[in-house]
Amino acid sequence: MSKIIEGLLYSESHEWVKIDGNVAIIGVSDFAQSELGDITYVDMPSDGDEIEKGGEFGALESVKTAADLYSPVSGTVVATNRAVEDDPSLINADPYTNWIIKIEMSDKGECNSLLDAAAYAQIVK
Amino acid sequence: MDKLTCLHDSHVALGAVMSPFAGFDMPIRYPAGIIAEHNAVRTKVGMFDVSHMGEIFVDGPDATRFVNHIFTNDITKAAAGEILYGMMLYPDGGVVDDLLVYKGFTPEHYLLVVNAANIDKDYEWLLGNAEGFDVVLDNQSESWGQIAIQGPESEDVVTRVLGIPAAAGLRFYTYFEMPGMIVSRTGYTGEDGFEIYAPVEKTRALWQTLLDAGVQPCGLGCRDTLRFEAGLPLYGDELSAEISPVMAGLSIFCKLDKEEFIGKEALLEQKAGGTARKLVGIEVLDRAIPRAGYSVETPEAEVVGVVTTGYRSITLDRSLAFALVDSAHAALGTALQVRIRNKVFPAQVIKKRFYQTNYKK
Repeated sequence: MSKIIEGLLYSESHEWVKIDGNVAIIGVSDFAQSELGDITYVDMPSDGDEIEKGGEFGALESVKTAADLYSPVSGTVVATNRAVEDDPSLINADPYTNWIIKIEMSDKGECNSLLDAAAYAQIVK
Repeated sequence: MDKLTCLHDSHVALGAVMSPFAGFDMPIRYPAGIIAEHNAVRTKVGMFDVSHMGEIFVDGPDATRFVNHIFTNDITKAAAGEILYGMMLYPDGGVVDDLLVYKGFTPEHYLLVVNAANIDKDYEWLLGNAEGFDVVLDNQSESWGQIAIQGPESEDVVTRVLGIPAAAGLRFYTYFEMPGMIVSRTGYTGEDGFEIYAPVEKTRALWQTLLDAGVQPCGLGCRDTLRFEAGLPLYGDELSAEISPVMAGLSIFCKLDKEEFIGKEALLEQKAGGTARKLVGIEVLDRAIPRAGYSVETPEAEVVGVVTTGYRSITLDRSLAFALVDSAHAALGTALQVRIRNKVFPAQVIKKRFYQTNYKK
């Protein structure tokens, strides 16, 4: 049974979002990291990249496979997490503390279509 | 419906991630994870359920002549109790399968150990080429389990935990028989190791003994990362009906001085005239990971090949690949690039044996 944190929003492609004012902090769910197994590489976007909701912004690679990352919201990348870039296994260790990117949202209303913890739990059960 | 090995229940009970492979539902990784399993084999010991592999026995007055007819290596050069690696070829030099041949302790008796995905094809191929040979072919694949125990501590485990002291006397690529069991010093990891063949019930008992002793179970995930680092091919990726042993750089296992074997003429032509493509090792000079199917290009972005297997090497922490490339771009040191998710990363042709193997000679 994978861990799901109350108070975060989730996408059907297994990213989580924490809203901090106009900034969306984005990572992947416990389900996603456990499906992937040992993560060995994070393909990060660059600061300033414009990203559409549902658009690919990077990838996580485990030993066996590469999984694209999809943005739950539209906006501009304002930060990437250097710590997980240097040590991707941090995502396996704690996927909810170890965020991947921060996006300055262009339309905060898009968050309304994301899933809450209970709805996401239905998807991964 | 996928077939199950005799250890399937144990994999599920251990919490393995299971996936279809070669028609079997096989463990890809256990909860420890591929990296921990890989490192266990490199630094201590790990064990694999390889019961899916095929065992075909060849007996009869013409067994030696027959095996040498369908096999690229020269079985007449092996002594009883020795094992040879080689391939079965189509007449055009394409590979039916790569396999181990165990030379029996009685005359004209051989065991062929073949890839799980190819058991039926191989057996048909053998039957179809047995005309004119007085041999009996016996596909016993479903009666045998097989456990591979691999790593620097494997000799200790086999001798002490399994109580088979004679295993210490085996050199790499030799074997002996015990009642109902075959113990060979072989493997597919680049480390010292053993493979034990036993009937289903005995295999279960051995596996449980090893588990009780704390030996790390290892899945097919790290079996692939380990064999890859050691420069060993996987049928379907680096050898196939389209990829000959000459293209794959495995001519050393094809004895062209033998009187005859199926595919010999084609290999002679390939050796003399060269092949259009060659299998090479490639290092991507970045953390990005070259995966099977990705394009290999010249620095001018001309596509000259494709990755067949690629990983971020767990032992070496380098991004490495096998790739099939046009022979003009196959020389060691050639500058290439690999296209990874629409970005290109500089790469270089290097030797395929990425990891220095540790066999007991």
